[in-house]
Amino acid sequence: MKARVFITLKNGVLDPQGKAIGHALNGLGFGSVGEVRQGKVIDLELSGSDQAKAKDELKAMCEKLLANTVVEKYEIELKP
Amino acid sequence: MKSAVIVFPASNCDRDAKVALEQMTGKTPAMVWHQDSELPDVDLVVLPGGFSYGDYLRCGAMASQSAVMRSVKAHADKGGMVLGVCNGFQVLTESHMLPGALMRNAALKFVCKPVGLEVQETQSGFTRKYESGQRVTFPVAHGEGSYFADEETLDRLEGENRVAFRYAKGENPNGAARDIAGILSEKRNVLGLMPHPERVVDDVLGGTDGRGLFQSLIEALS
Repeated sequence: MKARVFITLKNGVLDPQGKAIGHALNGLGFGSVGEVRQGKVIDLELSGSDQAKAKDELKAMCEKLLANTVVEKYEIELKP
Repeated sequence: MKSAVIVFPASNCDRDAKVALEQMTGKTPAMVWHQDSELPDVDLVVLPGGFSYGDYLRCGAMASQSAVMRSVKAHADKGGMVLGVCNGFQVLTESHMLPGALMRNAALKFVCKPVGLEVQETQSGFTRKYESGQRVTFPVAHGEGSYFADEETLDRLEGENRVAFRYAKGENPNGAARDIAGILSEKRNVLGLMPHPERVVDDVLGGTDGRGLFQSLIEALS
């Protein structure tokens, strides 16, 4: 089973990298770009086929290591 | 006062900490490798600056999961003192031994320069030899030192007098919330700070403002 975890900053947490990316895009002439927030994507391969169990495990992984829940939120996507 | 310095892969201030401790206490600290699960019998554990585990995932995130950190937590739970400098502060927040998080500097630049600080809180084993409000200069060297916590946590830290060091007015190098440079744990036996007191214990190396922190520890732990 494959999983993808998206980790992004919580709303209200300052994202200077996102801001710099936005400025750079504006500088390239993409005037339509407003606020930009960046984050990371982690792809994982998991053994087993129980989706509910995998989701629980991934949640625990996010809480323990993959995300710093003081400033980050996460979304889990499971792929068959 | 017996001390230990934890050495992670890519720690780079571990020897600075060792030299400062030797100079200040007259005793050589134990250098403890991150895979060692047992700590020697010490009064103080220092988590040094650096880029532990290459800052992979997040600064301090991998180090917080290392074998030695379980012993460091147990040492703190028993009331033992822990000092985390720079990357050590990041390891302490990632280990939930201190609240909040250290974020990318607001200006996105790595800052490496002496910075003026105010000692905010002298009622601690780390700061008792300073005067309240005393202005000191410690060097900073970090890319991710912008202290962040939610408003409620910041209010609590201030209400409980746990902000030990604040950047002096106009000197905040990273955009840290409420100019916070260093904070104490609830039991006041854990201090994390971004600036480097261990780099200013000798005039030859640019200053002696950091000596007060080590003198405080010596007094508190003797």
